[in-house]
Order: sequence, then structure tokens, then C-alpha cells
Amino acid sequence: MTRSDLSQAELHRYARHIALPEVGLEGQARLKAGKVLCVGAGGLGSPLSLYLAAAGVGTLGIVDFDTVDTSNLQRQILHGTEDVGRSKLDSAADRLRSVNPHVEVIRHEVRLSAQNACDILSGYDVVVDGTDNFPTRYLVNDACVLLGKPNVYGSVFRWEGQVSVFGTKGGPCYRCLFREPPPPGLVPNCAEGGVLGVLPGIIGSMQAMETIKLLLGQGNSLAGRLLIFDALEMTWREVGLRRNPNCPVCGDTPTQTGLIDYELFCGIRGDDDAREVDGAAPIGRMTAAALAETMSGGHAPFLLDVREPWEWAVSNLAGHGARLIPLAELEARIGEVPRGRPIVVYCRSGQRSLNAARRLAVAGFGPISNLEGGILSWAQDVEPGLPVV
Amino acid sequence: MSVPVRTLFFAAYRDHFGVSELDVELAAGATVADLVSELRGRGAPFDVLPAEPAVAVNHHYAFLDEPLGAGDEVAFIPPVAGG
Repeated sequence: MTRSDLSQAELHRYARHIALPEVGLEGQARLKAGKVLCVGAGGLGSPLSLYLAAAGVGTLGIVDFDTVDTSNLQRQILHGTEDVGRSKLDSAADRLRSVNPHVEVIRHEVRLSAQNACDILSGYDVVVDGTDNFPTRYLVNDACVLLGKPNVYGSVFRWEGQVSVFGTKGGPCYRCLFREPPPPGLVPNCAEGGVLGVLPGIIGSMQAMETIKLLLGQGNSLAGRLLIFDALEMTWREVGLRRNPNCPVCGDTPTQTGLIDYELFCGIRGDDDAREVDGAAPIGRMTAAALAETMSGGHAPFLLDVREPWEWAVSNLAGHGARLIPLAELEARIGEVPRGRPIVVYCRSGQRSLNAARRLAVAGFGPISNLEGGILSWAQDVEPGLPVV
Repeated sequence: MSVPVRTLFFAAYRDHFGVSELDVELAAGATVADLVSELRGRGAPFDVLPAEPAVAVNHHYAFLDEPLGAGDEVAFIPPVAGG
């Protein structure tokens, strides 16, 4: 790399980088030649892609298939109020182009899957994991290990975050740390559990810093170390990591040499609502209108709300006899659910309640129905004006 | 002789278990695996702990067969997916 790789406009733009002995002309040219893939243009992807673009990383790929929602804006600073309803990639591309027109933004408007991951990831030097779910995290990890790409990992929960670098040569991977995915329901996602908006700003910025150090080949990377951040206590805890010689993906004798079905691996399935589980009662589907009719007929089922307490506080069906048991507490409080009586489970949109319904069916409760579309459908079809979030 | 260890829970573990710290007495010669099965054996809410959780003993990631000594700090690192 030589000075001629950077135009006069770029030299001016990156002057504060070039002044650093660890960057200089050669380092800035390295950043320009660098190709980084951001998986997710959300809470972590926002600071990440903004800083990487501003820093002059020449090629920035972004994977996302979502649209901008008003509830994203308290943390996803890549998007503005006027972008609500647009695709996140359109919004991100416009914003990043405005931050730095010298950067090429490559859009991957797909859900990353075992079928497309290797094709997409193979064109990049570094992959940054800013996704929001376990199946994609395991997918990104495994694909990075198989392709030999560093995986700059970050994740957030309420007031706490984690950051590390996985998949470097001889280093540990995400699977060395988390061998098995958590049982469904233990870890609420950001929509259910909430997240303080600045937190992904801090963790995503750490990921951007690690990415830039990897491209420059400067400093000590977080490979082999996990940082755990607690914003309420304002503390960082460092844990030394080790590659697991028995890791199924990066161990001495890997047992998994390709990508797998990660939804199945994580115990998540969205396409088989009415699936019967080994001898358990089948789970019925109930529309909001049908539920209203059943209740007005005097046949009140046991109405179980499995949302979080803050969602219940906004609005609930307590007036119709509903009881609140958040999904994560269901196993511990299962004694509060009556046996031998019809049960209708509901949540916000019908996903968590389906999970709860399956668990109740397996535990021998029944007959069980899932309120399709959750309290959102109830508010739309039965009780207009009911505030919902 | 029993081995007292200090366990720490973060994020979803702390929320789920309702505690951030727990002092546990283990038998001499106990390993991380023994601590995990002692906690899981307590039943709800500790039974959601995976059989092979991510654990750091004195700030270093530890495998299940790692022996524990008196006064060791065992941090359970929760899986976190949000982004």
C-alpha cells in the first residue's frame, strides 16, 4: 500500500487517523482495502456500521431483512424518525453514504441461513455479529470457523453486555464458550426484556474498535478474552477464555464439518404451531373473535398471560379473568395453572404463548389453545382503543 | 473438610434465580461439575441451568472437570443474544 491509494479528499478526511503512528498512511490504506460484514443493522449494527464507515473501511456489507419501526429508534441511531417503515438496508445505505461517500456499502437483504451464509461471508475479511437471536449467533460462529474468518462478537441484555473476538487462528469460538443453547424462555429477547438504548452503543463501539484493530494488525485483540459489562454497576469483568479441544466445530477432531439446522439446534420452530408432541394434547388455535364469543357464552377458559410484567401493566385481560405468569417463570409456577379446565394462553403476538402452550401440553395440561395474534389481535378485533405496545 | 465457594450470577441467570451471589459448600475434591449438579439438584429455579454452562473460576474459563478450592469465585456466564 502506498500513499497513492488515498485521494487528496481521503487524506484530508482521515488526517487524525494518519497522524497516529499505529495507523499512518499504510494503516489507512489497509482500512480502505478492508472488507467487513455487519450481521444486523439494529442496536449493535448502528454504532458499528457508522464508526466503520466513518473510519474509512472500504467495503461494508450489511445483512438485514427488517424494516425500521418506531420502537427501534431509542437505540438504533443509524435510522431516523423519517425512516420508519423503510427497509433497514435502504435507511442504512443512505445514512452511511452521507457519513462517508468513499465507502462502498453492499446490501444483503436476506435472512442469513445455513444455505446462504458461506456464500455471503466468504467475500469479507472480518465478520461482526450484531444479530439479535441465538440461532443466527451459532450460525455466524460456525460459518466463520469453517471459513477461517474472525468473528467480532457482541451482545446485550437489559443493562449488561458481552464482547469478544472468536474464530481467530487457534483461538476459541462461541461454541467453546456456550456449548449448548439456553433452554427456550430463559433469556428474553430485547423486545420482551428491554434494553437501555446506550448499551448497544457502548458494546457496538467496542466491536467497531476490535474490527479496526484486526484490519490494522495493531494492539492486543479480544481473542481469548471475554469482557462482561454491567452498566448499572459501571464495571467491566474480564474472563480469560480457552479453546475447547472437544469443541464440535473448532476442536481437535471436529464432529461438525458443515452448517446445520440452527432453529432446530436452539429448540425453536415457527412453522408447526399445531404440531403434536409425543402424546401431549394438540394445541388449538383461537382467534380473538372466537375467544370473545366463548367468554360471552359463559364458558370462561383459564386465561393465561405469559408476557412480562411491564407489558401487563400497559394493558391486560384481567377484566376477563386473565392471570399473569411470565414465560420465564412458567416452570416454577406451573402449580398455579388449573388442571382439567380449558386453557387459553396469550402474549403480545402469539409466539411466546405458543411456546408456553407446548410446555403445558407436554406437562399434561389441556385442552389448550393459543390466542392467534395475541393481545394485538384482541385490541384490533374485539376491544379497539385498548393500549398495546 | 468442606470447600466453600462463592458463585456469581449475571444477566438472565440473576433475573431468573433472583440472586446475584450464592455461597455454596462443596465436599473436598469437588469439581465444577459437582457445583453445577448441586445447583441443578436444588430444583426450580436453578434447574434451568444447563448441564454444561459457561463458567469462569477466578476470572478464567473452566471446564467441568476443573477442581474447586476453598474461596474460589465461580461466575456463571449467561448466554445473551440481544443486539
